[in-house]
Amino acid sequence: MNVIIMGCGRVGAELAHLLDAEGHKVTILDADTKNLQRLPSEFGGIALTGDATDEDVLRKAGIAEANAFVAVTRDDDRNAMAAQIAKQIFDVPKVVCRIYDPPREEFYRSLGLEAISPTALFARLIRERLGN
Amino acid sequence: MYIIIVGGDEVGSRLGKELLASGHEVLVIERNAERCDHLTDELGSISLCGDGCEMAVLTKAGIARAGTFIAVTHEDDDNLAACQIAKQKFNVPRVIAKINSPKNEHIFAKLGIEHTVDVVGLVLEHIKEQAGISPLIHLLSLKDEGVEIVLLRVTKDLPIVGKPIKELLPDYAASPLLVRKGHPPVVCTPATVLETGDQFVFLIPSRDIELLRASLVGAGQGGK
Repeated sequence: MNVIIMGCGRVGAELAHLLDAEGHKVTILDADTKNLQRLPSEFGGIALTGDATDEDVLRKAGIAEANAFVAVTRDDDRNAMAAQIAKQIFDVPKVVCRIYDPPREEFYRSLGLEAISPTALFARLIRERLGN
Repeated sequence: MYIIIVGGDEVGSRLGKELLASGHEVLVIERNAERCDHLTDELGSISLCGDGCEMAVLTKAGIARAGTFIAVTHEDDDNLAACQIAKQKFNVPRVIAKINSPKNEHIFAKLGIEHTVDVVGLVLEHIKEQAGISPLIHLLSLKDEGVEIVLLRVTKDLPIVGKPIKELLPDYAASPLLVRKGHPPVVCTPATVLETGDQFVFLIPSRDIELLRASLVGAGQGGK
């Protein structure tokens, strides 16, 4: 798999490391160079500074050849915009984005985006753990 | 009409003020509390402090009865999100987004937001006009029709001076309007010769603007 990840926070860095260790081709982008230091030293993928809501940045990151795109910055709106650009402008086959706000997760799903809300997911998980 | 504006900076607050003055019901949604207070001082209690991309805030704003929704924050991703929610979730009839990067115009259109305004681009255009840098001044875009209205100011350094207007754009089918000092405005004929100081108003397909620009800086070869 050839994956582009936008946002090198804890989740982005962890996911990049995971996929890279499995032998996938990984390119990770973050607007803030400092965040790229989160990547472990053995990371063998490509790390780039840039804003993935900018289509030229995505082009440079090789989105035309990517078959998956993941948007996990801390900003729902950026994730939604980048994910839609990947899906609608560049026709990336598999696009996943994180949307913290549960109502917006539902909204973007209605637009055909694969949106995941960690807020809703985690709340449900904790509720289950609490038992009856 | 009830109009919701997201973003209460210079553009949002002035727009709010003008729409209010022309008799509309206006609400400005602004994330920054300090700016909200400022809006209240300036415009009265027509601001709502909150994130204009959040459903709860938009519901509180009464978005269901809004006739127009305008997003003018500094972030294109926020403007896109707010407008998509307004249009696709709440079916607001008219939705307009400010775009901060002109590159995003086609992206917004592809994602369902056809009405965008490149505010910075307009400002630059205006400054260039004031500074006399560009002979071509953009007056109006009819985006749905893909047509622009532009003004050409003929300065003495343009290579086209002294040549008939048909050389400028050989394939241009319409006739520009000519404003020549000391004369009443007239409709040009293809043979009208350009003189220094002339002003021409073109109604031109957007895709031909670059052609026109090229033929102005070139040797008047009509962009060919």
